[in-house]
Amino acid sequence: MSTGEKYLAAAYLVLFGAVLLYIVLIALKLSRIERELAELARLAKEQSGG
Amino acid sequence: MLLTLGLGLALLWAPEDADQGPSQRIFYIHVPVALTAYACFGWAAWKAFRLLWKGDQRADLESYTAVHMGVIFGVLTLITGSIWAKISWGVWWTWSERQLVLFLILFLFYSAYFMLRYSTEPGPRRARTSAVYALFGAVLLPVSFLAIRLADQLLHPSPIFTRDGPQMSASMFLSFCVCLAGMLALAAALYAIELTGKRADASLRELRERLA
Amino acid sequence: MSGYLADVTALARKDLLVELRSRDTVPAMLLFVVGALVVFHFALPDDSSRLAAAGMLWIALLFTALLALVRSFVAEREGAVIDGLLLAPCDRSAIWLGKTLSVVAFLIFAEAVALPAFALFYEPVSWELLAAVALADIGIASVGTLLGAMAAAARARELLLPLLFLPLAIPLIVGGVGATLAEDPARYLGFLALYDLIFAILSWASFEYVVTE
Repeated sequence: MSTGEKYLAAAYLVLFGAVLLYIVLIALKLSRIERELAELARLAKEQSGG
Repeated sequence: MLLTLGLGLALLWAPEDADQGPSQRIFYIHVPVALTAYACFGWAAWKAFRLLWKGDQRADLESYTAVHMGVIFGVLTLITGSIWAKISWGVWWTWSERQLVLFLILFLFYSAYFMLRYSTEPGPRRARTSAVYALFGAVLLPVSFLAIRLADQLLHPSPIFTRDGPQMSASMFLSFCVCLAGMLALAAALYAIELTGKRADASLRELRERLA
Repeated sequence: MSGYLADVTALARKDLLVELRSRDTVPAMLLFVVGALVVFHFALPDDSSRLAAAGMLWIALLFTALLALVRSFVAEREGAVIDGLLLAPCDRSAIWLGKTLSVVAFLIFAEAVALPAFALFYEPVSWELLAAVALADIGIASVGTLLGAMAAAARARELLLPLLFLPLAIPLIVGGVGATLAEDPARYLGFLALYDLIFAILSWASFEYVVTE
């Protein structure tokens, strides 16, 4: 494997890593939103009940 | 949404086999990423324009998201461009590569955009201010492009290398187009995801305020 | 139209009068720009070229301008003058034009000292440099005034303005240094004029959106 190919692989890896990282971040955000939503739903139920 | 993402990835990775010299192949990711970043900034400016002209409040988040995407792709351009510079000229950074310098300026500019947004109270004024700044970005882009050309001529009176690019063969051009389409699809998908996320965030906050 | 012009001159005169009374911006700018030129002498090695000196002059001018811009909006903010101005029955863009004119005046004051000092310390000032400085002043003032109004709404406004301004000032520096050093300064002067035209129109048109609550 020549150095050129190595750098090429690095470039592709960077791109792939960025996309992967982004997906992870999105997943984290989604779970946070879900948690908050559950909390709010609970709050709403309490208010309408009480 | 995920389907679009998958499609984008599939399109993106498929032409890897189109055989070129190894160092030339980085062209297929560097240039589409750069063009996608331009497209994002352009889209951000268009949304900003709509916000100012039509008073469309939703355009604020859309413009913000587009800038967000543009910065991500801009950073990727800087990284891949830097790798390209390393392959071609043996250095990680060269000031004579105009594209890279332009992206550095844009990166500084749009980082300031984030600073502006974070340090201003949310509200219609922030929306308008950021919109004006995003519009400035779209104008700054060609102006700095011209400036870099001029500065280049000052620093290097005789061009050391011209990068008009070798003539592309049909197959190269085709795979380049596929790459570009894939990258744009990827950007559009990420943009849609990010936008939904931001909207959900905003409505959650509103809901919380109403309940509390 | 004459009413518009009267508003503009009244606003610019207001800024100049305030400065004349309080004298807290222009003396600081003068000291700063001369101080910067002296510091640059020590920052440059003895045998560095005249090219480096020209670059340093432009950096000094740019940072002095930043000083003026930050000051000009801090004053408005402290006295809540801007709220009064917004209530006044004049076109919003007239506020921008008035402020830009007053900033240009401040810059000219500072350069009236900086350029002779540069000629004394480093090398004579050419006509091209004078023209480039004049053109750059217009660009700096028009963009800077708009960004100053933007930053005035933010929390860390003294910090934010340089961040917002520097990327936009890069073309000005390119044009200015080019006009000072190149064999054909006309192209660079033309570029500066183009920059002024584009950004002045853009700032003029968008100022209203930035200041209204």
